[in-house]
Amino acid sequence: MSVAAITVPAVSHAPSSAEDLSEKISIRDLNFFYGDNRALKDINVPLYQGKVTAFIGPSGCGKSTLLRILNRMYDLYPNQRATGHVRIDNDDILSPSQDLNLLRAKVGMVFQKPTPFPMTIFENIAFGIRLYERLAKSELEDRVRHALERAALWEEVKNKLNANGLSLSGGQQQRLCIARTVAVRPEVILFDEPCSALDPISTAKIEELIDELKDDYTIAIVTHNMQQAARVSDFTAFMYLGELVEFGETTQIFTNPTDRRTQDYITGRFG
Amino acid sequence: MTDHTMKAFDTDLQDLARMVAEMGGLAEKQVADAVDALAKRDTTLAQRVSAADASIDALQREIEEKAVLTIARRQPMAVDLREVVGALRLANDLERIGDLAKNIAKRVMALNAEFPPPKLIRGVEHMTDMVLQQMKLVLDAYGRRDVSKAMAVWRGDEEIDAVCTSVFRELLTYMMEDPRNITFCIHLMFCAKNIERMGDHATNIAETVHYIIEGRPIADQRPKGDTTTIAALRSAAER
Repeated sequence: MSVAAITVPAVSHAPSSAEDLSEKISIRDLNFFYGDNRALKDINVPLYQGKVTAFIGPSGCGKSTLLRILNRMYDLYPNQRATGHVRIDNDDILSPSQDLNLLRAKVGMVFQKPTPFPMTIFENIAFGIRLYERLAKSELEDRVRHALERAALWEEVKNKLNANGLSLSGGQQQRLCIARTVAVRPEVILFDEPCSALDPISTAKIEELIDELKDDYTIAIVTHNMQQAARVSDFTAFMYLGELVEFGETTQIFTNPTDRRTQDYITGRFG
Repeated sequence: MTDHTMKAFDTDLQDLARMVAEMGGLAEKQVADAVDALAKRDTTLAQRVSAADASIDALQREIEEKAVLTIARRQPMAVDLREVVGALRLANDLERIGDLAKNIAKRVMALNAEFPPPKLIRGVEHMTDMVLQQMKLVLDAYGRRDVSKAMAVWRGDEEIDAVCTSVFRELLTYMMEDPRNITFCIHLMFCAKNIERMGDHATNIAETVHYIIEGRPIADQRPKGDTTTIAALRSAAER
């Protein structure tokens, strides 16, 4: 295989739909280092407004690393650095002058393991809102309710808003975390394996939710579940050993991928 | 292609392909036997062909069950998904070919002793040879996953269509010559049409093989030579 074939991701098909795609996030020549270890190699990929982009690949391929760059989570750790450009609406978020609090309000994240705060359901959501805005009590209540509604959790918790967030089931906790993310009105939501600890019904609810949320947000999801990627995403990026191997429309990636490595991975022939 | 991490998945796909190949072999034999029965006025053979169709139908059901189970169990993606969906489509086409052969056999039984002179059957036999060749090629293309062979079959159907049209013309002439020829000439026309339809199914199979290998349908328009629908009108007008 030629060097070019390895480093240049195959954008195999231009989006076939006539709709205009606007690039909410542009990732250009992105490299990432854990100390001396180069974990991401010259990544170029767009994330489109109002679309779900799935990142798939074997463990250690760099997909979670990539997600963590999008809200500069790596800043919390020493010896980790990124080079290249990640622009959200033309604003380079890798720039040292980037306000990280604002960035993290704009780019919300949901993790593999539900992480509710050890406080009431209401406070779990109100907490984040209060960090950014000063609202009257009734307004705050409206915002909390709206967030819980968006996360399809309101009906289940409306009569026990003062119960501890940790008393909820795993699936409910995960939706609480999504509500918490939505509450601060982000523009982008990152999901890092949001369903891997959930049962099939809770998984279906989260997937349904992602489908509903995508009209208003730009969504990136990392998942090990290939069928989930095929179900929820509009675009799919396959990563391998820190490289972006192939990026394209999900329908095409899962029926007729261009790169041999993508095909081997999604059909379960790897290793 | 490299093996799946899950070995049983490879076995599932291999089983499906083997069953389709077996069904293809059976269908080929049915077609050859049916036309043989017609040419040799052999009603016993015709009865055997008619009865043997059940085993093709049974194989189709087995393939369907296996494919559905494989989808449920393995959730195949990309080329694997195309293999499974392809097997379903191939089984459908082969089952139809079997039905058409059975229909020829039934006509042989219906004709009973009243057989047309051999010269009338020659055109039908010629068509059968061409169709059997197409079937052999396309099943080979499937077995070897050979897209160029599949495309050759896809393009080759035009010729069968053209021969079918000329057989129709010929049979029309015989019917006009002597009304006593009408009964068996009509049976022969249906036989010829059946064989022409088998050719169409071989073309479908070629399209499926192309899809399995390339992951997209054939982009071109298929050349078509079947003008039997207007040939009859034209002959009547010429009269």
